[in-house]
Amino acid sequence: MLDVATPLNSLLVAELEVGKHFYWEIGNFKVHGQVFLTSWFVIALLVIASLLATRNLQRVPSGMQNFMEYALEFVRDLAKNQIGEKEYRPWVPFVGTLFLFIFVSNWSGALLPWHLIQIPEGELAAPTNDINTTVALALLTSLAYFYAGLSKLGLGYFAKYAEPTPVLVPLKILEDFTKPLSLSFRLFGNILADELVVGVLVLLVPLFVPLPVMALGLFTSAIQALIFATLAAAYIGEAMEDEHHEE
Amino acid sequence: MDPIIAAASVIAASLAVGLAAIGPGIGQGNAAGQAVEGIARQPEAEGKIRGTLLLSLAFMEALTIYGLVVSLVLLFANPFS
Repeated sequence: MLDVATPLNSLLVAELEVGKHFYWEIGNFKVHGQVFLTSWFVIALLVIASLLATRNLQRVPSGMQNFMEYALEFVRDLAKNQIGEKEYRPWVPFVGTLFLFIFVSNWSGALLPWHLIQIPEGELAAPTNDINTTVALALLTSLAYFYAGLSKLGLGYFAKYAEPTPVLVPLKILEDFTKPLSLSFRLFGNILADELVVGVLVLLVPLFVPLPVMALGLFTSAIQALIFATLAAAYIGEAMEDEHHEE
Repeated sequence: MDPIIAAASVIAASLAVGLAAIGPGIGQGNAAGQAVEGIARQPEAEGKIRGTLLLSLAFMEALTIYGLVVSLVLLFANPFS
């Protein structure tokens, strides 16, 4: 598909390579190498930023520390709003990691000129535009909310499936499958769609015209990161809430 | 790829995105209209309304994105070719 694009590639740096991957063989598994490379970059970026911010802590924050404290506060408020005042504290790292990783991944795909770096096959792009990354994140979220519910309520967690009426039990079980499905597809689809739209526009008009779409892409990627983290926190909060002992 | 399968896939892909855009379009229009009404009534609540609106718009947009995912699968990772 889209082979028309190939003769212009050297000129425009706008390739549309969906479904082509830079395979690495590890044991019996074929993994998508380009996703690993970009994820490692994102992880390194986050680790370095955190180390820089916490290396020389001041009572009155400035510069990097100030910025990271702002980010921490943002993430903490997000978790507090969804999970509730009492329980939110242990979940801040999880929700915060999700938010920061997805946010930095999305923006790295939009802001960094990954396409200038040639790899044998496929292309470097945001790690979140591969379905495997988003499915992994979504499944982690599923595990997290099951863990939250089971550790808080014990086996009584499953009694919640029969509330308010036992008629809803199949629906609630189905919901456990649709939650990770919709989480992963939403993120994957949004990011890939954004990159495709920008790619197609760059192919048609290489200069200036794609800029507003790129700006829109930055906006949607940020919102998607926010939504993923908010939903993860909401699911965790929902799993932990106890209808019988509400004061 | 068999030309008939190719043609059917392209038509199906365009239908998937096009039809999936109808519902969320109506929904987003409704939501935005109601939000504007809310802001007109209570201009001081604008920040909160805007935040909620953006979040719910993204949810509705996700529905179109599901259609897009289906069409992308048909175009780039067609299981029938």
